[in-house]
Amino acid sequence: MTPSSAPTGRDGARRGPGSAGGVAGRVPWILVVPAVLGMAFLVLPLAGLLVRAPWPTLLERLGEPQVLEALRLSLVTATLATLVCLLLGVPLAWLLARVAFPGRRLVRALVTVPLVLPPVVGGVALLLVLGRRGLIGQWLDATFGVTLPFTTAGVVVAEAFVAMPFLVISVEGALRAADLRFEEAAATLGASRWIIFRRVTLPLVAPGITAGAVLCWARALGEFGATITFAGNFPGRTQTMPLAVYLALESEPEAAIVLSLVLLAVSVVILASLRARWTEIR
Amino acid sequence: MFRRLSRWAGPLPLALVLAVSLSGCGAGGSAAPSSASASPAGADTTLTVFAAASLTGTFTELGRIFEAAHPGTSVKFNFGSSATLAQQIVQGAPADVFAAASPATMKTVTDAGPATAPVTFVRNTLQIAVPAGNPAHVDELKDLTDPKVKVALCAEQVPCGAAAVKALDAAGLKVTPVTLEQDVKATLTKVELGEVDAALVYTTDVPAAAGKVKGIDFPEADKAINDYPIAALSGAPAPEPAKQFVDLVLSPQGRDVLTKAGFEAP
Repeated sequence: MTPSSAPTGRDGARRGPGSAGGVAGRVPWILVVPAVLGMAFLVLPLAGLLVRAPWPTLLERLGEPQVLEALRLSLVTATLATLVCLLLGVPLAWLLARVAFPGRRLVRALVTVPLVLPPVVGGVALLLVLGRRGLIGQWLDATFGVTLPFTTAGVVVAEAFVAMPFLVISVEGALRAADLRFEEAAATLGASRWIIFRRVTLPLVAPGITAGAVLCWARALGEFGATITFAGNFPGRTQTMPLAVYLALESEPEAAIVLSLVLLAVSVVILASLRARWTEIR
Repeated sequence: MFRRLSRWAGPLPLALVLAVSLSGCGAGGSAAPSSASASPAGADTTLTVFAAASLTGTFTELGRIFEAAHPGTSVKFNFGSSATLAQQIVQGAPADVFAAASPATMKTVTDAGPATAPVTFVRNTLQIAVPAGNPAHVDELKDLTDPKVKVALCAEQVPCGAAAVKALDAAGLKVTPVTLEQDVKATLTKVELGEVDAALVYTTDVPAAAGKVKGIDFPEADKAINDYPIAALSGAPAPEPAKQFVDLVLSPQGRDVLTKAGFEAP
């Protein structure tokens, strides 16, 4: 027992000081065992994808036009959705963090609802408002002849709806943590609110905005439920990677594994770089 | 070493007690007669039926009939896209009976593992479904080719989509849908909400949305009849009730329930 536990103990001690500040010595097995189980639980399914992947035909499958189309569409729509979220979400976060108005807590709760809402419910809700017969959709259709469902724009809308709370929460947190004295100083020097926001506040919370945008982008990339419900599924127009994975599973599981691997690789790269970003902020 | 052991004095006995009591439960000791887990013959058995989404209404009713005729047996259903269900069974989901919406999806299962020979128990045809009021004035299959008409179809990978392709091919028509949905219910929902002007769905699905959706027959539907096979899966957790359930579905009583819902006898 002792020989096997000693190296792990040293390892644990080595990691300890980095984050917790040097509670060296004995490894608390009662924490380590469930922690390792928890990690295995989260990582093993991903390992399963790697094990079952049809490696010899991987490149060939990735080169299929429909796969490339879905990947391209996913990247484009996730990026557009992130831009929409930045344009609308940063001011929203600023409002929530800096302006005291009645019902602010309620608004903050409502803004984060899409985080916990089943995405399919989100899709149905979008249909009821922006669909051809929806409250706003009806008017859009009658006035401009624009209908959002079954269009690439509809995909962007669905993704932005689901991903925006991630950005708002990140940016609001950054705004609350930022030192107000810089803004106050700028105000005493006669800067207008807009100049303060642009020249002082934004640079101050830029790392938070970046982190939020990356998270938002990753969430948009993985969006499935709201997209398939609101925007439908048509190759080249609304079929993003997650939808392609779901339908491939119906007929060709191997293709689904390949598509899943691509999404997995993209997500890991994104999230890994995000974590680096966070530690950098510290 | 001893100091380390002494740290375990608290949690260790607790863990042992938990482990022992849990294993006692699993062994099904003489106590706890109300336990839901494996009990002596005659007591609770669970029959698990995987069935195509289009069978939701009829099979739920058949399940109630079965439970009434076999006290102590409860029937649990997993309804969904046939193709998804087939994948779940192939990957080891504990199913006793599989009822699929197409022979192709059934074949996925019978190829992968032993099952009794599948029997076709009903057939289903397609109808054009249009929203109430029929805003695009769709009367026949040819109207779906009009680019101004928004059409939803099932994806070709699922049985209702394969049937739609067969029917359109038989009619020599080319339709560009706005969406390819993952199952027939999702396709019908798009019609119900009025987001599309027409869709090809199973005849049996239209009554479920009666009032909001109108079904229109078309002659080419005869070319795209879907056979529904059912099979008891060997190696199933409950083989005997599985066989009995298949027998019920094939019986006159079972057929009655199914034809009343719009299915055709094979």
